[in-house]
Amino acid sequence: MQIRKIVLALTAGLMSSTVAFAGDVRVMWYSDGVEGEVIQDLLNRFMEQNPDINVILDNVAYQVIQEQLPIELEAGRGPDIARVTNIKTLADHWLDLTPYLADPEYWRTNLGAQFDWMRPDGSEIIPGFMTQLTLTGGFANKTLFEQAGVEIPGAEATWDEWVEAAGKVQDSQQLNAAFAIDRSGHRISAPNVSYGANYIGPDRLPAPVDEGTKTFARKLVEWTESGRMNKDVWVSAAGTTYRAAADDFINAQIAYYYSGSWQVANLSTKIGDAFDWVATGSPCGTVACSGLPGGAALVGIKYTKNPEEVGKVMDYLASEDVVREFTERTLFLPAHKGVIAGEIDFQSDDPNVKAALNAFVKATGQVHENANALPAWKWGTPVYGALVTRISQAMAGELSIDDAFTRIDEDIKAQVAEASK
Amino acid sequence: MAAFFLAPNMLIFGVFVLFPLAVNIAYSMTGGNALFLTNREFVGLDQYERLFDCGNYLDRQTCREDLFWTAVWNTSAFVVLQVSLMVGVALVTALVLNRDLKARSFWRAVFFFPVLLSPVVVGLIWRWILQRQGLLNFGLYELGFEPVNWLVERNWAFAAAVGVSVWAHVGFYALILLAGLQAIPKELYEAAEMDGTKPGRVFWRITLPLLMPNLLVVLVLTLIRAVQIFDEVYVLTGGGPGTSTLFLTQYIYEVGFASHLRNPGLASAASILMGLVLIVLTLFQLGIVRRNDRRGGK
Repeated sequence: MQIRKIVLALTAGLMSSTVAFAGDVRVMWYSDGVEGEVIQDLLNRFMEQNPDINVILDNVAYQVIQEQLPIELEAGRGPDIARVTNIKTLADHWLDLTPYLADPEYWRTNLGAQFDWMRPDGSEIIPGFMTQLTLTGGFANKTLFEQAGVEIPGAEATWDEWVEAAGKVQDSQQLNAAFAIDRSGHRISAPNVSYGANYIGPDRLPAPVDEGTKTFARKLVEWTESGRMNKDVWVSAAGTTYRAAADDFINAQIAYYYSGSWQVANLSTKIGDAFDWVATGSPCGTVACSGLPGGAALVGIKYTKNPEEVGKVMDYLASEDVVREFTERTLFLPAHKGVIAGEIDFQSDDPNVKAALNAFVKATGQVHENANALPAWKWGTPVYGALVTRISQAMAGELSIDDAFTRIDEDIKAQVAEASK
Repeated sequence: MAAFFLAPNMLIFGVFVLFPLAVNIAYSMTGGNALFLTNREFVGLDQYERLFDCGNYLDRQTCREDLFWTAVWNTSAFVVLQVSLMVGVALVTALVLNRDLKARSFWRAVFFFPVLLSPVVVGLIWRWILQRQGLLNFGLYELGFEPVNWLVERNWAFAAAVGVSVWAHVGFYALILLAGLQAIPKELYEAAEMDGTKPGRVFWRITLPLLMPNLLVVLVLTLIRAVQIFDEVYVLTGGGPGTSTLFLTQYIYEVGFASHLRNPGLASAASILMGLVLIVLTLFQLGIVRRNDRRGGK
């Protein structure tokens, strides 16, 4: 009898963890900071108000979202809702929420500005909404700059000026490197655009690597060779592997860090009062001082068995009050027009946070049109992948930078050809 | 009746080995990014042609799929170094553990312990030890030496990949050799001692010839495992610096799963080629086992 009970309990446990029942809504979620806890709080409140809907939050690693979710989707499976960043490439798998929403017009008015980022070209569906808008940008360790007696470069400073200033701090404070950029094709695309790059060809297919990309990539390789750029981040992996350099900045090993607005909460939590830091916007190139916009979207999955319930959960999460609370607690930049127009009281005692968020809001005005076009372009992520793979080979001394450019073009061409089969 | 008893095994073998193998071969003859075979375009041997499209196989830069050939050459170098080191260290370990040591069981457990660890744990532990601000550099710094960027300098990173994989698995192979050493009749050593034979000669004339069947099994198992290397090295180095520890399995994983536009056809073709190498090695191993069985039967 005891064994039977155990077997039944195990079976029930296993089934509850893998099968969605009627009324269940599974949400696949990843966290950069505290947003997992915040969304769980909000969903608990939703379930109290809607006892007939059971929302299960599966907190997974970002790599699961990037690598496993696409395969599940291709197989016609997956969660009911997912938080994703590879928004455009997977757009064919998103559910059109329109028939399940209480007021689709509310969605179009408040959240519609980014719908094209997440739906197939030419489509008019409502697939979800951005849980956060992001913008790439830099962070400077103010304390290190002060200790070195080096002035933090101003708003119009170029990449060269930033690296020179950070290099003085590196020499003075005996740091391992002056600065670092996350190992990501997305991250270096902002400076590429600032030097005049345009990835999108006239036929909307990827254009060959242009002078803008070449100029910044050459600089990046030179800075890596000279020890100004932290070699560990880019060189110590192969392929498209993502590596953030946040820990180097948090541990005061570099003076300048180029990442994005999503790091604000992470830096605030982990740095605490160890040193002062400031967000700096994006350094300038020859054409612009652009960051790259993007973000994470919460989308319905079209293979859901419970679209009505998905619609209700999404309506709740996209409501103005909930988006405001989510924004204030997670310290993310909101995409909701009503929330942006109103008062946002970011919940942090850290004086660096509000200043950083304001700096990012200010930097949104500097975004170049070529950067603005990328989130809604379906070939963005393959281009980012080729960039990071080949430029890191050049940094490691395996390829000359010119050979790397040739390989980038060949890789992208092969991917486009393969995708058209 | 025999067929009845064999059926469950054959069914499992068919479902989990033969069927996936057939599907993999089918995938390798298709193109596109679609996951389902039915949605994929038949391209014949195009994926294989793409892999073999090379001006000079010794110069990966002349190859269309340069990363595949990088992975092939890296894997080949890894196999040669790791297998030599593994067999050598396993043999020495087994010989030492076969002696009358104090706390012999404890030492045997110490050498076997890493085998019980998950490869991811192995990779992470060594990453923390070898990274720029890791334990090893801390120790070096305290002793007045210059820290070394073990995982960013290509030769050191390759050596680390070899060393860590040997550390993680040597206990298993040492155990096989230890079993072989203990099966050697003690009388032979006693007779040699009575004859006044030198220890070196005892090793070359008695121990090594009688241990040869076990050594060959260890050699082939190590070879197969080395060709398949992935998990601990992926966690340790991520294939870097650059592509200096990019091995075949990681290449297949990257192309088939991790890249932004997956290419299951190319990944399948590469895995079929790797499978052929493994089949040759497995047949070699089966041959050795059968030869040993026949010798044992005589």
